[in-house]
Amino acid sequence: MNQRLWSFLVPVLSVMLALLIASVIIMLIGKSPVEAYIALLKGAFGSRLAIASTIVKTTPLILTGLAVGFGFRAGLFNIGAEGQMIIGAMAATAFAINVAWMPAVLAIPLTMLVGMLAGAGYAAIAGVLKAKTGAHEVVTTIMLNWIADYLSSYVVTVPMGVGFGTPKSPEIASSAKLPPLMVVQATELTSGIIIAVIAAILIKILLDETSKGYELKAAGFNPYAAEYGGIKLAQNVVLAMAISGALAGLAGTLEVMGVHHRFLGTLSGGKGFDGISIALIGQNNPIGIIFAAFLMGALRNGSNEMQFVGVPKHIIMIVQAIIIFLVAADRIVRTIFLRKRVLR
Amino acid sequence: MRVLLALLDIFTNASFYKLTLTAATPFIFASIGGVFSEVTGVVNIALEGIMLMGAFVSVVFTWLTGNAWLGVLFAVLTGLGMAWLHAWASITWRGNQIVSGTALILLAQGVTGFLMEPIFGRPGQTDIVGRIPEVRIPFLMKNKFLAQSIGELSPMIYMAFASVFIAWFIIYKTKLGLRMRAVGENPKAADTLGVNVYAVRYFGVLMSGVMASLGGAFLSVGEVGNFRELMTGGRGFIALAAMILGNWNPVGAMWASLLFGFSEAFANQLQSSPLLKVASTTKPLFNMFPFIVTLIVIAGFIGKTRPPAADGVPYEK
Repeated sequence: MNQRLWSFLVPVLSVMLALLIASVIIMLIGKSPVEAYIALLKGAFGSRLAIASTIVKTTPLILTGLAVGFGFRAGLFNIGAEGQMIIGAMAATAFAINVAWMPAVLAIPLTMLVGMLAGAGYAAIAGVLKAKTGAHEVVTTIMLNWIADYLSSYVVTVPMGVGFGTPKSPEIASSAKLPPLMVVQATELTSGIIIAVIAAILIKILLDETSKGYELKAAGFNPYAAEYGGIKLAQNVVLAMAISGALAGLAGTLEVMGVHHRFLGTLSGGKGFDGISIALIGQNNPIGIIFAAFLMGALRNGSNEMQFVGVPKHIIMIVQAIIIFLVAADRIVRTIFLRKRVLR
Repeated sequence: MRVLLALLDIFTNASFYKLTLTAATPFIFASIGGVFSEVTGVVNIALEGIMLMGAFVSVVFTWLTGNAWLGVLFAVLTGLGMAWLHAWASITWRGNQIVSGTALILLAQGVTGFLMEPIFGRPGQTDIVGRIPEVRIPFLMKNKFLAQSIGELSPMIYMAFASVFIAWFIIYKTKLGLRMRAVGENPKAADTLGVNVYAVRYFGVLMSGVMASLGGAFLSVGEVGNFRELMTGGRGFIALAAMILGNWNPVGAMWASLLFGFSEAFANQLQSSPLLKVASTTKPLFNMFPFIVTLIVIAGFIGKTRPPAADGVPYEK
């Protein structure tokens, strides 16, 4: 079977297999998988409100998926989308609190820029360390995640903290808020989704149509050949890491500008980590990532409804894990469906 | 001045040294696990997930059987299972090792979160189920400083240090160890000489599961006696860093683990020091300390270390 079709089929079949295995697990705790999955669907698409909040959940996932996927294409494994998202959101908030005097046409793009630069700068630390000392980005970005996490819980309580209860920053200026596409009950369907989709298209153009994109891919595909071909590896590592971080930073920024309108201590909630599954399901293709993010957004949003029929929403994490596992060893999937034709 | 006094207070406090040993132990277990796996050429970032499962399973079985050692035993069996999954995906099916490791971390987070409610009836944190009692060494108890620092320790701490020696012995003094290193450096050549590359790699990865799950079990039934969601908190990754810093050598990994244990204990002591009066809101900043130390250390020292040549590369016959 041809390669192109397989690269599409592997993730789809992995998702199906994962849902199948998850239904066995649901049965093991004595619940009905049919009931659980119906609840899941209802929670994700059952009403206008459900659909709106699925799209709201999808928005940052497209960007963290792009961040990880772009890294992959350049040969980098950026596990730090989580931390970059936090730093991006934090910087964007600090900026957007103070822009009440600016018109929205200025405040909105500038806030986005600040968030992206902060995410890029934070990711670039890992890039520079890799280029200069060879420190593996998996380890460094994880360290940076924890540092960002603790830093944010400090920032929302002391320097930026307001009010009582949940740690939170003050609200950002109205001019920096993204206008909602529509409002369903209390949920604002953020226009961030448009920005996320545009970002995906831009990344696709960068990767497939520009010479810089070719260089980044070449460096990721075969660093030795690329260096021989005159491509500056160190520079590309830092640049690729920074672009990846900018995307993650934008994810956090849009959450602030379009959804919460302030910085919360518990902002990321694993969205950076979700980026890994999304990049893998989307096969690192920006357009594929949009669909993968939508799938994951729907699963995450629907899983809340599943809680009401007694199935813990952690099952979605297990589904995600199985998908990633099967995509990692895609030969398992091929063998199951092709009866050992691929692997001799 | 108060800072200096606080520092003096920490370093002259006997229990600080006990705290350092306690904090280092999970790192030692897991980083030795990392050494076992990576010496044979398989990267195992799933250590974090295996630790988390180990911590959870040991609590579950301690709760069921009333015996913490049985809890540890079942944790080890679960660790073997998790590691087997990683070996299966990355050796047999030649999958991407980092991606498979990521899947296992997520799996552990999902499974432990998922089972918490059906088993213990509430999310977040389990009841105290009991823990492994500390062992008192009588002749050390005569001196007050020694008594408070190393006079009464968890037997798992001794196990951690013993495992350093055992790992070193296996890897550098036995035929199996020679094969492990050969497979990690040049699998093709080892294969030509008749070494079963897959079997040796399976051994390495399975051992990493045993060690990482012991590290996790120590965190729960070895130390506090209960399980909290995500209680490993990145320690598996710090263990990876310790392994790298220790140049993929068990003894080196032990020293690096002690350094990280020290920095964790130090940050803990500093934020609770009565002399500094750290506000509870400022405490998160102290929690950053071990991670910053790791980052600095990795950035500064990594130039001198070298991973096994075939580390992370699936082997195809």
